[in-house]
Amino acid sequence: MWSIYLNVVTQGVLTGLVYGLMALGLSVIFGVVRVVNFAHGEFAVIAMYAAFILFKAYGLDPLIAAAPIALAFFAVGFVLQMVLINSFVSRPEHEQFILLVGLAIIITNALLMIFGPDAQPTNLPYAFDSYLVGPLIIDKVRVYAATAAVAVSAALFAFFRRTRTGAAIRACADNLIGAAVVGLNVKRLYALTFGLGLACVGAAGGLMVTIADATPSLGPAYTLLAFTIVIIGGLGSMSGALVGGVLIGVSEALAGFVIAPSMKSMFSFALLIAVLVLRPQGLMGKKKA
Amino acid sequence: MRALWGAMTPRGKALLAILVVALLLAPLAVNRYLLSVLTLILYFVYVGQAWNLMMGYAGQLSLGHALYVGLGGYVSAALWVHFGIGPWLGVFPAVAVGAAFGAAIGWLGFRFGIEGVYFALLTIAFAEFTRIGFDHISFTGGAGGLFIPYEEKRLGEWWNLRGGQPFFYYVAFLMAAAGVVIAALLSRARIGFQWLAVREDEIAARALGINTFRAKMKAVLVSSGMTAVGGVFYAFYNNSLFPAQVFDIGRSIELILAPIVGGLGTIFGPVIGAFILTPLGEILITAIDRIGINAPGVKAVFYGLLLMIIISVVPNGVWPWIVQRFALVKRQP
Amino acid sequence: MTQLLSVVDISKRFRGLVAVDKASFALDEGDIFAVIGPNGAGKTTLFNMIAGMLAPDEGTITFCGQRIDGMPADAVCRLGIGRTFQIVRPFPSLSVEDNVTIGALLHRSDVGAARSYARDVLAKLDLFDKRAVTASALTLPNRKRLEVARALATDPKLLLLDEVMAGLVPTETDRMVEILRGLNRDMGVTILLIEHVMRAVMALAGKVLVLHHGAAIAQGPPQEVVRDPRVIKSYLGAEVAL
Repeated sequence: MWSIYLNVVTQGVLTGLVYGLMALGLSVIFGVVRVVNFAHGEFAVIAMYAAFILFKAYGLDPLIAAAPIALAFFAVGFVLQMVLINSFVSRPEHEQFILLVGLAIIITNALLMIFGPDAQPTNLPYAFDSYLVGPLIIDKVRVYAATAAVAVSAALFAFFRRTRTGAAIRACADNLIGAAVVGLNVKRLYALTFGLGLACVGAAGGLMVTIADATPSLGPAYTLLAFTIVIIGGLGSMSGALVGGVLIGVSEALAGFVIAPSMKSMFSFALLIAVLVLRPQGLMGKKKA
Repeated sequence: MRALWGAMTPRGKALLAILVVALLLAPLAVNRYLLSVLTLILYFVYVGQAWNLMMGYAGQLSLGHALYVGLGGYVSAALWVHFGIGPWLGVFPAVAVGAAFGAAIGWLGFRFGIEGVYFALLTIAFAEFTRIGFDHISFTGGAGGLFIPYEEKRLGEWWNLRGGQPFFYYVAFLMAAAGVVIAALLSRARIGFQWLAVREDEIAARALGINTFRAKMKAVLVSSGMTAVGGVFYAFYNNSLFPAQVFDIGRSIELILAPIVGGLGTIFGPVIGAFILTPLGEILITAIDRIGINAPGVKAVFYGLLLMIIISVVPNGVWPWIVQRFALVKRQP
Repeated sequence: MTQLLSVVDISKRFRGLVAVDKASFALDEGDIFAVIGPNGAGKTTLFNMIAGMLAPDEGTITFCGQRIDGMPADAVCRLGIGRTFQIVRPFPSLSVEDNVTIGALLHRSDVGAARSYARDVLAKLDLFDKRAVTASALTLPNRKRLEVARALATDPKLLLLDEVMAGLVPTETDRMVEILRGLNRDMGVTILLIEHVMRAVMALAGKVLVLHHGAAIAQGPPQEVVRDPRVIKSYLGAEVAL
């Protein structure tokens, strides 16, 4: 019996790492630009459809397609920040929110018009292959997707820790006025950050196609999911996003198995409410001074 | 009331009078379809007004107001379907349940200092939580929905909120009018000023002796209770309730569009917003039908674009701009 | 003279740093009392403890015979202590009159009555002509006046003024001194002020407390205090020309 639970938990951890990569994008954007990307999940769904089309039309494996998609998303994010969001950075929260909700609505419904409401299964040839590790039966696709998600996250960590540009972006997040005073081009760094955030979500969306079927209605659901993860992990904490992702992945998997699949996100929300109330700074977040 | 009337210029008074008379006489002049559009507009005026009290005046961003619509609708509909308790009586428990959820969210949020985006997320989380919960409550039909039987013989039983399109139109009109008056009275009362203070600067508000926790709780209670009444109307007008429909975040967003487009923190903002948005949406649907495209997402794409444009160009809404342009309200002396 | 406010041995530490160190003083009804000291001496922290924005780590604050240390800010205000902020915090998108009306509504439930009282207060602070202006459009001197007007509209027995003269030119300072004196004389408001502008302190205050590194190093009538060698050494000699 316990081996079943172990299987469920393992599956949850692997899925959760992909969730974590998606949430990482949201966390990075909020941590630096201080804008909440309310269209985050919608971008993930665009990436899913992109990977789906690349696979169907050119036979490109989503695990490989995730790379060019991430690159394209970086460009989109950079431009979006430059032409639209920069002018909203210092405006009230609800105005930023409305701008991005508008964008989210457009994305979801444009996808609905193009692809219709039905889920599009990718049907990867190795979708049902699995590894046998002792009592565990682990889906190969989840292992690949999770590995890729961890690799991308690690690259992002390294970028922020090791490069000059990464350090400059961190400086903007810590002390905006100071960063401007020492001559950093804040607008450009913001655009880079938004691009990186979208690159995360692009990669995550591409990987997600291997474990979930693309459908437009996933957009709002993923936005909420990313939020939940980021708040549970701690807004602005990069490692928190991954930890939160794993936590949500496991709680969804367990709830789906033990109670009912349709009630799995109820537990995420319950967890979110509990975290908001008991530890508003998130599990890995620093307490406000 | 007299003070409200007195604050308007003659031109403003004349326009308001014409609007009220026109709306009262509308059922004589327009066809059934147009009347249904007007009913929808008035419904959005009412719920927009309720949301505006909380966001526009007290500055608390709720993105989960569909929760209160759904709860109000489900409570009154379930009482009617299962126990034959009519909506005029059922509205009281409906408001009580809606306000109780509002109180719970408000208490959690305000007690623990959850603000801005976090508070908004808390409201979404509650709405989503409740949506999934209602999917599994068999008493209210679960995900399959709760239906109020449409009975020919009951048409005209106004005491059971049963009637044809003109009847619901007038109910919506009364609600919208009441919503406007309530919002106007509250915004000009002591509590209205306290809300403004909280919205503008909470620390300064406290330094002026305002118990900001209580002021915010009052805002969320009034807003959620009023919205639950809208839910009762929604249930009996549409005769059906589905968790995936009523509690959806899309519903919450739809309901806040009118006040944002019209102007947050103004009395006529939600009115003008609803009169702009709903007809535009309907015109768009008709136009698309005529062209022969069968695309369910077009209207929403249009709403999304409109939102982005309005918030970029007139972030304070249309109404403040109109007031200034056409001098409808007396300037402060 | 009855005692209005008594502060006994209050201290506040922030992460080990002592901001206020066992400060004690008392105000009688009708006093004008100034707290002076160099930047970082703990003046604003002292104010925030009296106004209820911070709870002291030690010591007691008694107002009108009632302990108020640790009480929330709004409760303190309702008991009769009005305050201004060093960095002004007007309600930016409301009119000047609405700003003050909100203060006046504390002890008046009728909006009309509060509004007319707000106008009286605005007239006292030379802001009557600006009453329809949006607060964010005011100049700094006018914002400082608005800050005082709003606090005054709550009918305080004690008014805490945090550097209301800073940034004013000498003629404006003199006018503010005149206004504050008028409030004290005509309305019987007791005033506790933090002030850097010695010209104003000398003209207004009946008693002065000097804070240095959080500790009270001198207390007394202003003419005596400014001659105190410790005060001159720590503060006046360096910064202020009389």
